[in-house]
Amino acid sequence: MFNRDKWNEIIEALTANWFRTLLTAFGVCWGIFILVILLAAGKGLENGVKRGFGDIATNTMFMWTQIATKPYKGLPKGRRFNFKIGDVASIREKVPGLLYISPRNQLGGFGGTNNVVRGLNTGAFNVYGDYPEIINQDPITITSGRFVNYGDIDNNRKVAVIGEGVKKELFKIGEDPIGEYIKIKGVSFMVIGTYMKKSNNGDREQGQNEIFVPFTSFSQAFNRADNVGWMAITAQDDHSITKLKKNIIDVMKTNHTIHPEDNRAIGNFDLYQEFSKINGLFIALRGVAYFVGVLVLLSGIIGISNIMLIVVKERTKEIGIRRALGASPWSIRGQILLESIFLTIISGMTGIAVSTGVIFLVNKILDGIPATNETMFANPSVDLTVVFVALLILITSGLLAGLIPAQVAIKTKPIDALRAE
Amino acid sequence: MPHNLNLSIMIEIKDLHKSYQMGSNSLHVLKGINFNVNEGELVSIMGSSGSGKSTLLNILGMLDEADSGSYFLDNIPIKNLNEKIAARYRNKFLGFIFQSFNLINYKNALDNVAMPLYYQGIKRKERTDKALHYLEKVGLADWATHLPNELSGGQKQRVAIARALASEPKVLLADEPTGALDTKTSYEVMDLIQGINDEGKTILIVTHEEDIAHMTKRIVNLKDGLIIDDGIVEQVRANSYV
Repeated sequence: MFNRDKWNEIIEALTANWFRTLLTAFGVCWGIFILVILLAAGKGLENGVKRGFGDIATNTMFMWTQIATKPYKGLPKGRRFNFKIGDVASIREKVPGLLYISPRNQLGGFGGTNNVVRGLNTGAFNVYGDYPEIINQDPITITSGRFVNYGDIDNNRKVAVIGEGVKKELFKIGEDPIGEYIKIKGVSFMVIGTYMKKSNNGDREQGQNEIFVPFTSFSQAFNRADNVGWMAITAQDDHSITKLKKNIIDVMKTNHTIHPEDNRAIGNFDLYQEFSKINGLFIALRGVAYFVGVLVLLSGIIGISNIMLIVVKERTKEIGIRRALGASPWSIRGQILLESIFLTIISGMTGIAVSTGVIFLVNKILDGIPATNETMFANPSVDLTVVFVALLILITSGLLAGLIPAQVAIKTKPIDALRAE
Repeated sequence: MPHNLNLSIMIEIKDLHKSYQMGSNSLHVLKGINFNVNEGELVSIMGSSGSGKSTLLNILGMLDEADSGSYFLDNIPIKNLNEKIAARYRNKFLGFIFQSFNLINYKNALDNVAMPLYYQGIKRKERTDKALHYLEKVGLADWATHLPNELSGGQKQRVAIARALASEPKVLLADEPTGALDTKTSYEVMDLIQGINDEGKTILIVTHEEDIAHMTKRIVNLKDGLIIDDGIVEQVRANSYV
């Protein structure tokens, strides 16, 4: 393999006809180029779309109460019920493997009326009563001040974290909202922070028009007693929320005397399941990229095989001489195979180099564009694994490309090879 | 009959048959050849075209296989060879000299001579030394780095002879070694071959030229696949012409 003479001969054979070698190499170069570019483009799209999710904890489900649709234990159907704050503790106790359980309450909503006042300015905003953990589940970037903390929860402080959109509507440009008061449904809250939302799931404008206040002061101020509007539950990384979902809902059914088979009493949205669907889409996309890329590569490889056949034909006499001088069939075969693999790898590596160059340029251009969440394309890239896979494909295909020509080379008897002109 | 164990016999051939399939016809080329060559002999095989002389040489050179009959080379039975063993035997036992020289045209003279040594697995340094030694022997040491197309016909054939000698074979097989050369050059090449034979090398030459045949020590005449005449001749020294 690492015999200097062998390599000399390979170089000699390949450089004997430069133009032909280049044309042949181009086929494989192009194939691997397409493969890498397609994979990188798929990755770019994936990165872009996943950036839309922000840093949202995807192993999360949301759960809310609906109407009991089956009578149970003497209770009629059509009954309304609410989660209670005590449910959080009982879920935590009975379902292991959960990371965050955030009970939430909400004011306002789509098409809500004006509910927030500051001086002469009014606005309709979503107001949430939350625990501090929510910031880990649906991340927001605090642009000034701070988020709700447990001090606020424990002391029922009437404080609020407002979105940049809220700030724009209620405050003058350049005015610092921190320490100012806003009235939410007639109750004054002190602004302690502003935020910008990261995620982009279709309601970006909405996302900046929200107000977060401590869960406890929300309940107190708006008479929610110990009711919980809905819950955001995130599982630990080594657990799947999709698997834990049933247990959690079962606990809720028991707590609220719901028929075990009443599947409509508790509504839920499994973010992980949705995320998996998108993941599946990208896996399919990658599959398509491999399929197309490998097929293009295949035509390049057939080109190499073809040229090797011609080379073998041209060198019939030389091969005859070598065999007369004592070259074993395997040394001839090995020579042809090595030549083919060498050519494939060199041209393939050139293809990889060129395509990564292109990806580098695209990244450079994308970096120039300010990264807004609307861009559905970010950081097209291929990881090292892909390069190794490509290399493996190249070696295998080089071997395959050389196989037939190598067989042809030794099929001719030395005596016939010597007679060839 | 058990084969002769006499060590001085280099080639022993018995009842060799060979036919070629030409479409539906079978062409019987060798129809029972019997002959022995002793060590150190310089034999020419003569015959008109189609007499089977090249076929015989190809069988002797293990480039082709006989249909029946036995062939012993230095008491080693040459039969049922697969390509791998045949290649090794050719490399170890035989040196080939061809009419059209058959040098590899993108390798210089030295590399051409070193080629059989390469297939013997000899290290580069040793190979180069040996090859240079044989190039010196044929008087072409100064041309070591020249490519074949920079050499004259006679020089090419001398490089080919050096190549045939490089692996130190038991027998040299020459197929019309002077066929592509003019008379003067032919005699120079024959002078070289005679010199090598003088040193004790067994050499077989296929030729159809009378003058070349008479520069050997024994002439075997082939006609229609049979030996019709086999006799010792008075060797004419090639240098007497030059």
